[in-house]
Amino acid sequence: MRGIVKRFPGVLANDRIDFDVRAGEIHALLGENGAGKTTLMNILYGLYRPDQGQILLNGRAVAIHSPADAIRLGIGMIHQHFMLVPTLSVAENVALGLPSSRGFLLDLDVVTRRIRELSNVYGLRVDPTAMVWQLAVGEQQRVEILKALYRGADLLILDEPTAVLTPQEVRELFATLRRMAGEGHSLIFISHKLHEVLSISDRVTVLRDGRVVKTLPTSEATREELARLMVGREVLLRVERSPVELGDVRLSLKDLWAHGDKGVPALRGVTLAVRAGEILGIAGVSGNGQRELAEVIAGLRTPSQGQVEIDGMDTTGWSPERLLKHGLAYIPEERMRDGVVRDFSVEENLILKDHVDRPFASGIFMNFGTIASYADRLIENFDIRTPSRDAPLKNLSGGNIQKIVLARELSREPRVLVAAQPTRGVDISATEYIHQRLIAQRAKGTATLLISEDLDEILNLSDRIAVMYEGQIVGVVDQREATVEQLGLMMAGAHKV
Amino acid sequence: MFAQGLWISILAITIRAGTSLLFATIGEIFTERSGVLNLGVEGMMIMGAVCGFAAAFHTGNVWVGVVTAIIVGGLLALIHAFLTITLRADQTVSGLALTIFGSGLASFLGQKLGPGGKPLVGMIGPKFAKLPLPGLSQLPVIGMPLFQQDVLTYFLYGLVPVAWFYLYKTRPGLHLRAVGENPQTADAMGVHVTGIRYLYTVIGGMLVGLGGAHLSLAYTPGWTENLTAGRGWIAIALVIFSTWDPVRAVLGAVLFGGINAVQFRLQAAGTTIPAPFLGMLPYAFTVLVLVIITWWEAFSKRVGAPAALGLPYVREERV
Repeated sequence: MRGIVKRFPGVLANDRIDFDVRAGEIHALLGENGAGKTTLMNILYGLYRPDQGQILLNGRAVAIHSPADAIRLGIGMIHQHFMLVPTLSVAENVALGLPSSRGFLLDLDVVTRRIRELSNVYGLRVDPTAMVWQLAVGEQQRVEILKALYRGADLLILDEPTAVLTPQEVRELFATLRRMAGEGHSLIFISHKLHEVLSISDRVTVLRDGRVVKTLPTSEATREELARLMVGREVLLRVERSPVELGDVRLSLKDLWAHGDKGVPALRGVTLAVRAGEILGIAGVSGNGQRELAEVIAGLRTPSQGQVEIDGMDTTGWSPERLLKHGLAYIPEERMRDGVVRDFSVEENLILKDHVDRPFASGIFMNFGTIASYADRLIENFDIRTPSRDAPLKNLSGGNIQKIVLARELSREPRVLVAAQPTRGVDISATEYIHQRLIAQRAKGTATLLISEDLDEILNLSDRIAVMYEGQIVGVVDQREATVEQLGLMMAGAHKV
Repeated sequence: MFAQGLWISILAITIRAGTSLLFATIGEIFTERSGVLNLGVEGMMIMGAVCGFAAAFHTGNVWVGVVTAIIVGGLLALIHAFLTITLRADQTVSGLALTIFGSGLASFLGQKLGPGGKPLVGMIGPKFAKLPLPGLSQLPVIGMPLFQQDVLTYFLYGLVPVAWFYLYKTRPGLHLRAVGENPQTADAMGVHVTGIRYLYTVIGGMLVGLGGAHLSLAYTPGWTENLTAGRGWIAIALVIFSTWDPVRAVLGAVLFGGINAVQFRLQAAGTTIPAPFLGMLPYAFTVLVLVIITWWEAFSKRVGAPAALGLPYVREERV
């Protein structure tokens, strides 16, 4: 790819990018969110049109106007959000868009047979007749890879493929990828996780702000250097945690049961306690009840059984308003949906939870002067990068929006904090900052329940780690004794050994 | 003996009343399966009815009427497709507008399309006669109701299994389902999302128009104001009832047609229940069914609507 330029309204997403991949190579594309990695790959796959630049394949200039063109040229892409139709079977998903050997009629038996062959060659276990919605995330990803292989992809783009996998699944995936590279396939591996890039790739290209910062062989790269290239300055990869005196139990859950959105039990008897000055990490593959757990504590979901106690009071069934007055802060997983109002300004979002109270309001009137100075102080203290306090929130980056949520919640001096995926979709520098603030809050004596799919984050911040699997806590381990290996097994359902 | 005769005649009316409805329902199932919600069914159906009858009346040929109704339904659906797929207008608003537009225009045309620019109301035109199928119509009990019907009804008998087979067993059917469930995926797999949505929106409109023609050329031959009487809306409700499955739609059409037939019978028998109350029953039933289905949340979520129903698809949209 040569001199690729792509503009979106207000953003230069790709700025004269040169990028090449060799046969049999795993080439990592590394960069923060918004660096332009996915945009570049969407151009290669025909989903976006470049404003300038050309694409060469095996030395010949090619025009790729649609994914159909890309597929014809032997390019396959595995998207971050899986491109699968959940209500169809694996074979139907694979057959989608392909000519059938029987013309008008479907040839699912033929497809099924061929899927089995490919499964064997590449060690990708999956049942072709299963419905996709029944499959675990790791299996769905295997379907994605099979789909690309089925179409004869020589060049495979993987967009953050490990984001949703357990450590064991990541290892299996890497083995598959190496086997594919060994067979002569070229692979582009998009990621912002440094250790993965270091362990899987042959070469790395680092993108920042839509430009190529550097391309180098992985053997010559180090973690620290890659982080510096990515962010543009030195980054602290680990936060310092000083020991904190534990206080009373602030949050206590007793035999908590709740239904998920589909009406089946999502929480099945969760019992946990978090003390003042403690961070309890909840690890687990997404969809094992973590979201429901956070929602029950925050008063957004009614438990079918069990008790929530905050600061010694039974708060089961309390309204969110009453809970937040009682000292609960909540950083929701879906921040755009549950955490902020997109079309409101930064300052309005900062006082969302307190706008009816003094000093921000007197009766039905808002005290705009007080609000403005309060907002300015938080913007300063929490290093929120915004053009002004009255800029619409939706124009800010994900990291800055998360800092707004963080600023609002932490400045309420919470007794208990529930932080769900606090750094998901947030770049390294904002992550570093958010981690520091969470640790600082711990030192102030807040009891924190940290829910995250990012094991590094859990291991970095937590004092104790509880692993959730299918709505239950399969075990709680002390951070000092926890290993990635052991947590991974527990995340897959094995009980604590 | 009398009781059996009564039931047979109720079944016969059931099928006659259900036919137009089932055409419209299957049409809307195809449209919605592609992810396009078209609330203009009522408008397309009544336009099919008036144009179909007018064309048959002036040419003296019912088939000209049928073809006209199909074309008119398809053209109206094309407007909806252009507005919602190309211009990405809100599907609900566009569909409602189509119904209002179609109903008003049909009423106007009914005033003007008669002989010499006079109203069509009260005119006697050609109609589909009942065509008893030799042999089959002699079967006991089901022979008369099922096989002494008009040609369009027989065509519908064939359409149901064909629609089902097409949807679940053919390649275009797979593409159709995928586009309605997840257009991003379908696009990434090289399926032409826009083309497919246009195609099935228009095909859906054609079937709806055909349902309208059945009303004005077979069920109650002739044209009267508000001939469809909300059948288009019932069809939309039946789509939900059927969980977007053409075979299950038959059940819904039979239930609706059956209640219709029973209330006709009761009226004919001179019951003391006021006629408007009886006339309301099929609609009340539809509301009831919808309430139950919507209530039954697990049901509506699992086997529910195509996931992308009502959502425009834009390839370069950043989500």
